[in-house]
Amino acid sequence: MMPESNVQTIRRIEAEPGASFWRDAWRRLRKNKLALFGLAVVVVLSALCFLEPLLCRYVIGYTYEQQDLALGPVPPCRAHWLGTDPLGRDLLARLLYGGRISLMVGLLGTAVSLTIGVIYGAVSGFVGGNLDALLMRAVDILYALPFTIFVILLMVFFGQDIRLLFVAIGAIEWLTMARIVRGQVMSLKQQEFIEAARALGLRPSRILLRHIIPNLLGPIIVYATLTVPEVILLESFLSFLGLGVQPPQSSWGVLIKEGAEMMEEYPWLLTYPALVMALTLFSLNFLGDGFRDALDVRASKD
Amino acid sequence: MTAPENPAAPFLRVENLAAHFPVERGFVIRRRVGLVRAVDGVSFDLRKGEILGLVGESGCGKSTLGRALLQLIRPTAGAVILQGRHLTALRGALLREARADFQMIFQDPYASLNPRMTVFDALSEAIQAHRPVPNSELPARVTALLAKVGLPPRAQRGYPHEFSGGQRQRLAIARALAVEPQLIVADEPVSALDVSIQAQIINLLARVSREMRLTLIFISHDLSVVKYISDRIAVMYLGRIVEIGPAGGVFEHPLHPYTKALISAIPIPDPRREALRSRILLAGDPPSPLQPPPGCPFHPRCAYAVDRCSQIVPALEPQADPGHAAACIRAREINTA
Repeated sequence: MMPESNVQTIRRIEAEPGASFWRDAWRRLRKNKLALFGLAVVVVLSALCFLEPLLCRYVIGYTYEQQDLALGPVPPCRAHWLGTDPLGRDLLARLLYGGRISLMVGLLGTAVSLTIGVIYGAVSGFVGGNLDALLMRAVDILYALPFTIFVILLMVFFGQDIRLLFVAIGAIEWLTMARIVRGQVMSLKQQEFIEAARALGLRPSRILLRHIIPNLLGPIIVYATLTVPEVILLESFLSFLGLGVQPPQSSWGVLIKEGAEMMEEYPWLLTYPALVMALTLFSLNFLGDGFRDALDVRASKD
Repeated sequence: MTAPENPAAPFLRVENLAAHFPVERGFVIRRRVGLVRAVDGVSFDLRKGEILGLVGESGCGKSTLGRALLQLIRPTAGAVILQGRHLTALRGALLREARADFQMIFQDPYASLNPRMTVFDALSEAIQAHRPVPNSELPARVTALLAKVGLPPRAQRGYPHEFSGGQRQRLAIARALAVEPQLIVADEPVSALDVSIQAQIINLLARVSREMRLTLIFISHDLSVVKYISDRIAVMYLGRIVEIGPAGGVFEHPLHPYTKALISAIPIPDPRREALRSRILLAGDPPSPLQPPPGCPFHPRCAYAVDRCSQIVPALEPQADPGHAAACIRAREINTA
């Protein structure tokens, strides 16, 4: 027995930077320029969008619904940096306001899908057997439902309410999350440390919460980051069809729809919302890819 | 929590333990196409504080036996009685409570520790699982546990991936000890480690077993590893114990032809004696546990096999030496010659 040599090894290990898993992950993320760019864009854009009421009041000088029918549509100029629409509304204010709605739909829709998906998938994978078969067949059936028809039905029955949009989108997006989590839980369940937790006599709920879910954080974060742009896109798609956000409220989808209708006469009404939205979606995807690489367990071994 | 010790009853009694796994085919309509008898009728007794070495080739069912003993795999048949308590009859919460008395150390220390838990959290969880202490006492308890397995107090802040294989196995041992069990099953605890580390871990296990009067079942495929630590040795072949006896007895004069072959295969760390060593070479592979040969499972590879061997399933019978038993119908014949 040589305890001294152990002491030395530990000291050597502790001297290395990045002792914890998350610090390691952050270090790898920082090396990924594209992901950092994505992170920066997302942070700046979100900040601007959520500060929209203040910006409108003190910087832009117009609110998103303030009309100036006498002015009509003007191209970008000193007073209206991104121009105005046919009702004389400032595009920048509308873009920021729309961003707030779009990002909120994205985050809340993802949160809904995350909550349902993680719980559903974890229970299904952890319990296994007949319950698992039953739950997963239910997912298969829901997968087979055409999304557009589902949303149209919802809107027709319950009226157009933005809260319903979260529910509709969350209700579709959780399916994939549930499948991913279930698969991960099933493979984790075979690991010896789960067997060790059973040997300790821990309750199944504790094994699930303390030993399985924390080890799922990597894939969950990655998938959530990639779900946000997907949900934003879905909302835009619905708004484009006229099923989503209703005027005078706006979202990026609404702005793009309106812009597309008038793109020959007033091209700036399409260009700017489309650019901002494309930039956001790219950034979120880069960030998601960055997270995936940074949190990859296989990469952390070398 | 501990049942009163009855001097007549053994500390641990295993009776006819079996773990069978059906092999199924088919997608919707599943039918059974075979049965793997991983553990097939194992019986033995252990005294308190005894160390049993369990050896056998890979696939002989020794790991399954270890897990079936601790109810991590529910046995198909038979009984495990620890201090008069039928573990095989326990379910749910009762079984979880009973786990305070028996723990397991796993083969792969890289897989047996939760990568997201610090050493402090992992050991605290094990301490609090059965005999809870106030949170304020935890740091002292964790430090004491680490000291017991030869790790410095600062190790508690680390995550498993910061430790070497040997250190992780020490942590796994500390976690098992945290519960203050009476019985530990160590499933090949050193086979994933460097040879230079193996001796340290074996010495550590031997020391803590002695200090804490632990009963230890040490599973290994390596006879020379088991030789150091065991009071008694059991040799498994195809789901059965073919020989069991005092460590010295099994090594000095093995009775079962399979044990003889195993022991003759141990290299001697002395070139001159190694050159003179006579080896019994076993022909063929161990048979599939899906289709075990009739009669004695070892007869197709046995140098001493006669016709009767393929007809009679030999029982584990006491032999001339006290406490030494072998499952071979010709044991007396071939060992007196």
